[in-house]
Amino acid sequence: MTKFEGVDYYNVDSLLSEEERAVRDTVRDWVDENLLPLIARCYVERRFPSELVPQMAELGFFGANMPEKYGCAGLNNVAYGLIMQELERGDSGVRSFASVQASLVMYPILEFGSGEQRDYWLPKLAKAEAVGCYGLTEPDYGSDPGGLTTRAVKDGEEWVITGTKMWITNASIADVAIIWAKTGELDDPESIRGFIVETDREGYVASDQKGKLSLLASDTSEISLQEVRVPAANLLPGSSGLRSPLMCLNQARYGIAWGAVGAAMACYAEALSYAQNRLQFDRAIAGYQIQQIRLVEMLTEITKGQLLALQLGRLKDGGKLRHAQVSMAKRNNVNMACEVAREARRLLGANGILVEYQSMRHMANLESVYTYEGTHDIHGLIVGEDITGLSAVT
Amino acid sequence: MRIIVCVKRVPDSESRIAKAKDGLSVDTQGVKFVLNPYDEYAVEEALKLKEAAGDGSVSVITLGGEESKETLRTALAMGVDEAVLLKGQPSVDGLGTAEKLAEAIKGREYDLVLFGKQAIDDDNLQVPAMVAELLGLPCATVVTELQVDGGAVTATREVEGGHEIVEFELPGLIAAQKGLNEPRYPSLKGIMQAKKKPLEEVDAGDAESRLEVVEVMNPPVRAAGQIVGEGADAVPELVRKLRDEAKVI
Repeated sequence: MTKFEGVDYYNVDSLLSEEERAVRDTVRDWVDENLLPLIARCYVERRFPSELVPQMAELGFFGANMPEKYGCAGLNNVAYGLIMQELERGDSGVRSFASVQASLVMYPILEFGSGEQRDYWLPKLAKAEAVGCYGLTEPDYGSDPGGLTTRAVKDGEEWVITGTKMWITNASIADVAIIWAKTGELDDPESIRGFIVETDREGYVASDQKGKLSLLASDTSEISLQEVRVPAANLLPGSSGLRSPLMCLNQARYGIAWGAVGAAMACYAEALSYAQNRLQFDRAIAGYQIQQIRLVEMLTEITKGQLLALQLGRLKDGGKLRHAQVSMAKRNNVNMACEVAREARRLLGANGILVEYQSMRHMANLESVYTYEGTHDIHGLIVGEDITGLSAVT
Repeated sequence: MRIIVCVKRVPDSESRIAKAKDGLSVDTQGVKFVLNPYDEYAVEEALKLKEAAGDGSVSVITLGGEESKETLRTALAMGVDEAVLLKGQPSVDGLGTAEKLAEAIKGREYDLVLFGKQAIDDDNLQVPAMVAELLGLPCATVVTELQVDGGAVTATREVEGGHEIVEFELPGLIAAQKGLNEPRYPSLKGIMQAKKKPLEEVDAGDAESRLEVVEVMNPPVRAAGQIVGEGADAVPELVRKLRDEAKVI
C-alpha cells in the first residue's frame, strides 16, 4: 500500500504541534493501511465497512475531543479536525459515521445530558459498543428544521414519540438515536427537546434509503416512530428549543470543514500522480499548460482551505469561535472540494470514471456533503445575516 | 520482565532525500523524521512480552539531539512506560554509538534488550551486535519469531535460504526483523498520555567516530528503457543485449 505523503504547499505542518501531527499520522497511516484497500469494493457493493469500527474505536477516533473521564482522548479541536480530514481523505461516508457518533450523538449527551446519561452512554459510544444516529431532519423540514412535526407527549412517567425522520446516517445500524421532537404546539420551535431513544424500542423502524448515487459506503435511512414510549429519564434535560439541535450541527459542520479538505487532498494527489505518469503525444500530460493550470488551481484552493480550517480550529480551541465562522468554512471548503474532485476526475480522462480511482467517488460523495448539515446556500445566508444583521429567511 | 528497547530517529522512507550543501550529509530541510521502522517491531515485541507476562516495564533509549524526544514520545504513545534521551550525536560507524548505549544500559536493570535489526538511514546493521558484545550478552539478530518462557528464549532468525532457531538464557539481546509482529498504531489516548510519562535526559556526549565521511553521493540516475523491436524478430537482439550489455544471462 502506498503511503500518502500529504499535500502541504505552505508548510502548514509547521503550524501544528507535535501532538497534533502525531494524531494526524496515526489516522493517516490507519486510513492508508485499512480503509483505502477496501473502500472501492464497499462503494460498489453499497455497504458501510462496519468491520473497521472496532479498530477505529480502539484507536480512539470517536469523540476524541471529549473528556478523558468518559474514555475519550481529550484532544484539542485542531487534532480532532485533523482526524476528520484524514478519515474523509479515505471516504466521506466513513467520516460521516465518525461525525455522527461524536458530534451528533456524544456531543448532545455531553452538553444536554444528565450525569447518569453521560456516565452510561459516553464510554459506550466512545468504544462503539453502541452506535448512534441523529434524527432532526424530516421529509418536509430540511433547511427549516424549526417546522418539524415529530411530537413527544408526556404520559405518566413516559414520553410517547411519533413522527418521521429522513436522511438519517447510521439509522439502520444504530443502537441508539437522538430524536428531536416538539413537546408543545407544532408552531412552537421553543418546545423542541432531545430524547435518547434506544432503537430496539417498539415502534422504531428504520428503512434503508434506496436509490442513492452518493455516499454509497454509508448507511442512510428513514426512521419511522410510531408511538415509541421512552422513560421520562430519556429526555435530555439540558436541551431547550431549536437552538439545541443547531448547536450539535455546528459541531458536525466544524468537522466537515476539515473533512472536505481531506477529500480534496486525496483527489489532488491522485490527479498529480496521474498527470505525471500518463503519456499522450509522447509526453506526460503534466507538462501541458491546461493540466498545470488545473493542478495549480486545485492546490491553491486546497491550501486556502487548510489555513481556513486551521484558524477555525484555533478559534474553537480559544473559545472564540462564532457559528457564522463555522458556516463560512463549511461552505467554502466543501464547495472547494467539490470543484477539486470534479477537476481531478476530468484530468483523469476515461480512467476517472472508474472506481479504481478515487476522484469520482469523492466527487459523488461531496454532493451529499455539499447538501447536508446545512446546504451551501443556507450557510451563505447564515453568514449573510451575520454581516448585515438582516435574515433572508424570516 | 524488564525490557529496554534502543531506538533511532530516521528520515521517513517516503521522504525525498537530497544532499546537503557541505556534500557530507543529507539536507534535513522539509524531511519528515520517524521512529525507525525496524525499531517499531522491537517496541511492539517488547509491549507484547510485557502484556503476556502481566507485569514488568518497557523503556526506550536513544542517542541523539533534542529532536529525538519526538521519536521517544512515539514509542511512549505506543505504550512504552518510560524513555531515556542520551544527549549526544551518534557516530558514523556503529561502535561509538554502541559504546554510548552499552554504557547507559549497564547501569540499569533489565532482562532483555531489544533493537531493530538496522536503522534505515545509514544501514550499518552493527549496533545491536556491538552492544551485546560490550555487555557480554547472548545476541540473536534478524529475528522473525520470539518465544520467552521464564528465562529461556527461543528465537527464529532469518538466514540465507531458510531459518535458524537459537536458544539462550536471559539476560540477552534481540534485533528484530520485519515479520516479527504487526506494530500497533499509537492510539490517540496513547499520544495524550505520552507527554505525561517520564522522559529522562542524560548528557552522554557525542559518540566517538572512527570513520570520517568524505563524500555523500546521489544514486546514479536510472537510464531510460530501450525498445529493441517487436515480436519474435526482436528476440535475438534482446538476448544479445541481456548477455553482452546487461550481463544478466
